[in-house]
Amino acid sequence: MNGLRYSLAEQRGMFLALAIFIIMFAFYVANHPAGFTPNVVQTAANKGVLLALVAMAQTFVVLTAGIDLSVGMIFILANCLASYLLVGTPPMVALGVGGVLLTGLACGALNGLLVIYGRLQPIVITIATGAVFFGIALWIRPYPGSADDFSSDLADALTGKVLGVFPASLLFLILLVLVIWIPFRRSVIGRAVYAVGSSEPAAYMSGVPVMRAKFTAYVLSGLLAAMGGLYMTFFTYSGEASLANGNTYTLSSIAAVVLGGVSLFGGRGSAIGAIFGALAFRAIGDLLFVFDFDPLWQPLFQGVVLLLAVSLGAARLFQVRNRLDLFT
Amino acid sequence: MTTDKLDAPATSRTNWTSRIDLPVATAFGCIILLLLVGSLYSPNFLSPEYLLQQLKVGAFLGVIATGMMLVILLGQIDLSVPWAVTLGAMMASAATAYGPMGEVFAIPFGVLCGVLMGLVNGIGVAYLRIPSMIITLAVNAVAQGLMVAYTGGFAPQDSASPAMRYLAAGTILGVPNAVIVWAITGAVAVFLLGRTTFGRAIYGIGNKEAAAYLSGVPTQRVVMIAFALCGGLAAFGGVLLAGYAGKAAQSMGDAYLLPAIAAVVLGGTSILGGRGNYLGTVAGVILITLLQSILSVMQIAEFGRQIIYGAVIIVMLLLYGRERTGR
Repeated sequence: MNGLRYSLAEQRGMFLALAIFIIMFAFYVANHPAGFTPNVVQTAANKGVLLALVAMAQTFVVLTAGIDLSVGMIFILANCLASYLLVGTPPMVALGVGGVLLTGLACGALNGLLVIYGRLQPIVITIATGAVFFGIALWIRPYPGSADDFSSDLADALTGKVLGVFPASLLFLILLVLVIWIPFRRSVIGRAVYAVGSSEPAAYMSGVPVMRAKFTAYVLSGLLAAMGGLYMTFFTYSGEASLANGNTYTLSSIAAVVLGGVSLFGGRGSAIGAIFGALAFRAIGDLLFVFDFDPLWQPLFQGVVLLLAVSLGAARLFQVRNRLDLFT
Repeated sequence: MTTDKLDAPATSRTNWTSRIDLPVATAFGCIILLLLVGSLYSPNFLSPEYLLQQLKVGAFLGVIATGMMLVILLGQIDLSVPWAVTLGAMMASAATAYGPMGEVFAIPFGVLCGVLMGLVNGIGVAYLRIPSMIITLAVNAVAQGLMVAYTGGFAPQDSASPAMRYLAAGTILGVPNAVIVWAITGAVAVFLLGRTTFGRAIYGIGNKEAAAYLSGVPTQRVVMIAFALCGGLAAFGGVLLAGYAGKAAQSMGDAYLLPAIAAVVLGGTSILGGRGNYLGTVAGVILITLLQSILSVMQIAEFGRQIIYGAVIIVMLLLYGRERTGR
């Protein structure tokens, strides 16, 4: 019984995000002129998956009590790179995908090395590396566009519907959770990441591989952010080095992560929660379309909902038993 | 603006040299290096006009970074600066449109709006205990929403009041008013941080809030006021920017968030709070302004500027931003 209560408390954030998502999405579908059809679900899934991938990326780093403000820029860099590399025959496309993912890994590795060996604060260093990544993206793709012989087969397959019903992007997301998140969570390194996030000195004293844990977190973050960028290319068939887009994805990923119950203080939460956080965040935005809101009021509505959601999710005021706990 | 006026004691007098000198000295060293590199390219870089012009451009960032520094010293961060800047600029310009009375109250009104926004942040952080990164992000989104709804999605038609223009673009005896405004802001900040209980409390909270609380510091109130000040200063920066440009524009504040954080951190202020002095922030602001200016004068393409900008910040942080070892 105690175990159940404990795990419920651990997962509270995730359930909150799930509840928000279900309510918002139910509203959305109920008021959508087309109703609950595969096409509506597919569109919603495709939009949600982009943010979900970036939020997953953010989760790894936030779990170590760090923060990665360069995820949006890695996302943009991968997007621009993919618009060049996804060309020609299927083997070449596969090679291109590999190249994009490797770039993401390298970006993450750079962040990790700077944080670990440079002993710099992640929040500052990732701002700087983000500027570098964005510069490179702008270099290879000064104007939005795509390669002439862009191969859209893979893109169509991964953004379409499986068996005519199920959105492929959602399937891809589930696959990622099964292939990356669950093994990570159950591995020694995964435990080490949680331990480092809870208390780095204690983790170090217990012989937890602190450096390896942090490095893995940043590398995986880079990889998933690059996957997000890749997916962006699948949707748009093109790359665009947009500073505004990059910043929006970075900031939205933080909001999604918090909405999904991952603690910014580290060591608490899961990527699954972050995914639901991202889907819920997107559903809030989608709601406005079906209600035929004046688009001018959309940012305000989104902001207020975000404010309420994260305030409720994050306010520690209602959880403390002792006044001094406020400061820990 | 003399140096001795700006030397703010950080935490204790005895450790003055060991604690403060290295980052600030390195930052000023980098400034001189940048100027030398620039002067190799064009002798104009060492002319008083150019330097004064840089100080004037840097003044806007300087005012905004002052507020950011207060918050960073607490160990918090304010991500709502972009729309606090825009809010200040737009509200001041909007007030100008309401006749002579509006013109008189344009600047105070703009700053007041920023203070209110900062107050919301402060209440969220201090009393509701929401992580500052989250609440300021959300408040930023709300402010953006309000401004978009207010302006109807377009740049507002109202232009800056004469007072705003004078403050930002005028000169007194050849010294740009913006620089004077920054100097006054800086002097007040130095006094506040070094000579008042409020300033001491900020350093104390940044080092360990629980300890500050147990020593009788009203930590929640101090945190709230610091955020309100940060919002007010960001809005004031926006008012000046609107005066400089003649009118307010959407997303005019976007370009100031990261440079403000970078300026504070490059100046040796610890992002974890509790350590740093204002002279360092001045150095950081000048450094970033010069870097941006030199990169654009050299006509390096935008992508190159971004890469060099990021790389220089990384290198300088590696030079002196490293945390001590030992766990």
